[in-house]
Amino acid sequence: MLTLTCPYCGVKAEETELQPGGEAHLKRVGPGGSDQAFEDYLFARQNPKGVHFERWRHAYGCGKWFLAARDTATLQVFGTYRAQTPHPPDEITAAIKAARPDWTPAPNAADWTQAE
Amino acid sequence: MAETLAQVARVDGLGMIQIRADLDCAGEAIAEAAGLALPDVARITGDGSRSLGWMSPDELLLVLPAADLPEALAALEQALAGEHALLADVSDMRAVFDVTGRHAADVIAKLSPTDLAALPPDGLRRSRAAQVAVGFWRLADGFRVIGFRSTADYLALILKNAALPGSTLAPR
Amino acid sequence: MTHTRPFRLPKGGRLIDRAWQLPFRFDGRHLRGVTGDTLASALLANGQMMMGRSFKYHRPRGPLASGAEEPNALFGLGQGGRFEPNQRATTTPLVPGMVLRSQNCWPSLDADLMSVNSWLAPLLPAGFYYKTFIHPRAAWKHLFEPLIRRSAGLGRAPAERDPDRYEQAYAHADLVVVGGGIAGLQAARAAADRGGRVIVLEQNPHWGGRTPVDHGPEGEAAIAALLDDLRGRDNVTLRRNTMATGLYDHGYLLARESLADHDPNQGIPRQRLWRIRAGHVIAATGALERPLAFACNDVPGVMLASAVRDFIVDYGVAPGQRLLVVTNNDDAYRTALVALDAGLDLAAVIDARPHATGPLPDAVRERGVDVVTGSGIARVRGSRHVEGVAICRQSGDGHVTGGYDCDVVAMSGGWSPVVHLFSHCGGKLTWDEGQAMFRPDPDRPPLGADGQAMASATGAANGDLRCAGDLERDEGPTLPVWVMPQNAGAKARAKMWLDFQNDVKVSDVELAAREGYASVEHTKRYTTLGMATDQGKVSNINGLAILSGALNQPIPQTGTTTFRPPYAPLTLATIAADARGEAFQPLRKTPMHGWHDRHGASWEPVGHWRRPYCYPRAGEDRHAAVNREILAVRGSVGTLDASTLGKIVVKGPDAGRFLDMIYTGMMSTLPVGKCRYGIMCNENGFLIDDGVVVRLSQDTWLCHTTTGGAERIHGHMEDWLQCEWWDWKVFTANLTEQFAQVAVAGPKAHTLLERLGGDIDLSPEALPFMGFAEGQLAGIPARVFRISFSGELSFEVAVPAGRGLELWERLHEAGRDLGVTPYGTEAMHVMRAEKGFIMIGDETDGTAIPQDLGLGWAISRKKPDYIGKRAHARSHMTDGARWRLVGLESLDGRVLPDGAYAVDQGVNANGQKKTQGRVTSSYHSPTLDRPIAMGLVRHGPERMGQELEFPLPSGEVMKARIVDPVFYDKEGARANG
Ligand SMILES: [Zn+2]
Repeated sequence: MLTLTCPYCGVKAEETELQPGGEAHLKRVGPGGSDQAFEDYLFARQNPKGVHFERWRHAYGCGKWFLAARDTATLQVFGTYRAQTPHPPDEITAAIKAARPDWTPAPNAADWTQAE
Repeated sequence: MAETLAQVARVDGLGMIQIRADLDCAGEAIAEAAGLALPDVARITGDGSRSLGWMSPDELLLVLPAADLPEALAALEQALAGEHALLADVSDMRAVFDVTGRHAADVIAKLSPTDLAALPPDGLRRSRAAQVAVGFWRLADGFRVIGFRSTADYLALILKNAALPGSTLAPR
Repeated sequence: MTHTRPFRLPKGGRLIDRAWQLPFRFDGRHLRGVTGDTLASALLANGQMMMGRSFKYHRPRGPLASGAEEPNALFGLGQGGRFEPNQRATTTPLVPGMVLRSQNCWPSLDADLMSVNSWLAPLLPAGFYYKTFIHPRAAWKHLFEPLIRRSAGLGRAPAERDPDRYEQAYAHADLVVVGGGIAGLQAARAAADRGGRVIVLEQNPHWGGRTPVDHGPEGEAAIAALLDDLRGRDNVTLRRNTMATGLYDHGYLLARESLADHDPNQGIPRQRLWRIRAGHVIAATGALERPLAFACNDVPGVMLASAVRDFIVDYGVAPGQRLLVVTNNDDAYRTALVALDAGLDLAAVIDARPHATGPLPDAVRERGVDVVTGSGIARVRGSRHVEGVAICRQSGDGHVTGGYDCDVVAMSGGWSPVVHLFSHCGGKLTWDEGQAMFRPDPDRPPLGADGQAMASATGAANGDLRCAGDLERDEGPTLPVWVMPQNAGAKARAKMWLDFQNDVKVSDVELAAREGYASVEHTKRYTTLGMATDQGKVSNINGLAILSGALNQPIPQTGTTTFRPPYAPLTLATIAADARGEAFQPLRKTPMHGWHDRHGASWEPVGHWRRPYCYPRAGEDRHAAVNREILAVRGSVGTLDASTLGKIVVKGPDAGRFLDMIYTGMMSTLPVGKCRYGIMCNENGFLIDDGVVVRLSQDTWLCHTTTGGAERIHGHMEDWLQCEWWDWKVFTANLTEQFAQVAVAGPKAHTLLERLGGDIDLSPEALPFMGFAEGQLAGIPARVFRISFSGELSFEVAVPAGRGLELWERLHEAGRDLGVTPYGTEAMHVMRAEKGFIMIGDETDGTAIPQDLGLGWAISRKKPDYIGKRAHARSHMTDGARWRLVGLESLDGRVLPDGAYAVDQGVNANGQKKTQGRVTSSYHSPTLDRPIAMGLVRHGPERMGQELEFPLPSGEVMKARIVDPVFYDKEGARANG
């Protein structure tokens, strides 16, 4: 059972106090989006074994959504940051690269790589 | 029969106002209207009669005697005039319990995954007690626990169960 | 020789107090133990060596070990609701008045008729169950399955409710040391010196682990000194009787503390489950001694050498009068010395090693005892108890070279570190060739949230078997011995037990290997090795060594099975703890809950809420009550407790724009003081909730949700506000519980409300249908919404929750002469179905879009976007062949079964009839006195008048006609009073 630190209130919350929200940094596709883009937005997920960015809500706490960078295999947490962040902040990517020198952002679906 | 770990008492007669606003802009105005200092992140300030708790980055909770509520609400409305803010009387949707006594911390430690040693004297922790959401902060001799009205009976029951005489957490 | 029963020694026993005699009962016999005894030591002291029967062959079993690894001595303990099966005699403290029952035997432990299985052993080889699964099939069904079902399961499940209490508690520490032996206590002291919070957990009631037994008074003194030091420190918590059962992600450690096990009369919880967050965990869990595999090593009286030593030193109990030690290491010589000190006879020490030199063997030789090296046991004599052994050369094939009379065989096959905690969460092991053991690999520990090791091991658990420092004496190396003698024949191998509880022998593992089971995990399942209640604590390493031998590969290549929590069984009650009875689940109660209860409400669970389903009167069943309630509402006036409906306030300069995204309809244009029905979809386009939206002021809206939707929809709104449109100026507040809400419905609703008095103009001109007013009603601050879910003239009144009961009671006083009737959720459901209104969860199932339900009118075409709009443009959403809402009229006057499917022509790929629709709501309408139903049907609205067939499970087919879903008051006149 994971513990994640809420970046808003500083509470080191355990998983029972949190609500998971799936992959982070998805870019919404609304009316006018192509069928392919919309399908990717709804269904295509990275599901990596390794570094992953995900959404969590401090549900039994301040109620805020935050994002976490985590290794899905080792469960190492590289950091948590506010949801109002279009792409992982530099200190998060630095922490990831320090621990996983070979890591590069996934090319296929990471909208935020293009946002930079 | 060993003594109960703590007294669990339902507290009536409290008023509560939920305040949602940009605390960076409006925090000081709110604090002034409430007559209390603006609490730091995850803290609560008070003067013995009123308390002002930090609930989330854009939310405060003013707890005060119910009789003072209309006046306080009016003061807050005035202080926040022109601001983007939401004020709501939430007095009726809460159930409040004071858990007091020598082993009050044991009662909390049986119900919430909170590290109480890391909770500062003026800390306000939002968490869960067994299966329901609660918030709590320290009193001189224990804790004040606030939960939802609909689960008041459940809260009373689990708090009393946790305070079962002879069940202190001290190693034996 | 004559067999000697085990007995209490005249002196000794460091853990017992002979002054306090404790009576207990064992299979009806009245026995006595003393304070400090375990069940095992008390039974041995009473001459009882046989303590159970093995699972498969029902062979007689005595205790093998003295601790948590014991596979044999398991009992049913206690009576009635406190009865528990499979309680380990070696770790259960004796309590006065205890009642023990032996297990897995019939009619009695001494004369077990099922032991006939033992003669059938050649017919019950490894994989017996697997083989019978396969063929012949008939034999499985008629012969094997009934037989196995009757004999399956060890012990009996208790039949009554457990009267004891259990609880849980959370703890947090920088370091948790598991194991209060010398290594653990030293680690705790070192950590405490460095600072931070340290918790030490010890599974036993006493501290010290093996040190006091193995190193005598000096060992005891060393432990006492460490404890003194640690007890004086503020940052150290020492907790006995607490077994760490599992280590999970991010340093989450579960531990069970025994507070009042089997001694329920103290009024305190029996056990407590600790949920600990540890910065780091040190496993100082020691090591377990391994048995040796020689023929007939399962005869009662064959015990681990360390266990023999423990019973003598700790409890002053001798398992027999004349001992024989068989070993492959020096440590077992300690047992010889302890036995001699206790005045017992020592037949010999049989040592498999070619040479045994060093202080321990020498000390034994000096006492005049035969030390026979290079030798092993060819077989044990005796069937119900040890009578002697035949010995042979270890390197040979079992040719008997001599023999000894004895009544106890103390065996030692070396030691295996207890690596469970280190392994539970991914820690890897390394094979230590020199000591013939798997030990934790410090380079591959389990990792925590910071990517660093979250657990490590120390002392014997780390493979450092001689961790007592200055107390240790020189010891020679251990010789790995997996089979004794090395070249034993097939007959002997079929008598060498590996798993004593599940009756798995060397021959079974070798057979599995021959049959192709090369993976240790597969072999485990095939043979059941290590699948007993002891989870292979004593059998695992021997088993995989045998498997490696049979596969002709080194042991590390075979590897171990996975170590899974819990380390020792946990009773389910500690996992449930307080969550039982009234506290099983939070019940949410509205402010009027007590009134409903007093007025005979029949409850319906809605999420965690309890809502009145109906209020049956004397002589009424639920159906009759529902009918009466509906007719009362349609005929006069009724009240529904609608407090559970979600009430979310949305406020801010961008609130209108936000609600236009959240709802499919247009909410920004709703005039102040007006109500509008709204529906919400998710991004997939599927309906997720509905309700009435009220515009309270220029920048404030009140959104009603379904009962189940309040928290979910509030979370949904916050999600979009926080994660997508975080620059929009909108605040939300979930005020569901701040208000009690009452629906007052029926032609007399207006009359009734007028009687309450107040400053709200309730006239149709001032408060038209879908209007909203605020003021005082009966002296209570109130909001009144003129909305209707029943189709009748209806007002929903919201007041502060603290005054909800007062409002409700005033309504019932004021409306007595009108026959005001409280109505429940079922009446509400039927009335809305009569009106053709959909219900979230009935007409929607997570795949319905608004267009399916005839709700296209609630979707704004003017808006450029709303959540779900893009999905509604997908090809299969606009497909006319979707199942759409219709009314269904039963042709034979019976109510259609809810959920029934309408069949179509033809069959699908599985040969099943194709379907073209299903019933989503179905009731008897008391208003119309006939059945009504709603359903989703392919091309439904275009097929008015057509008939559908609904096959029933009975084989019968019901027919229904497609009709308009609005059955009652199609013009909607009644809502206007
Ligand atoms: Zn938080």
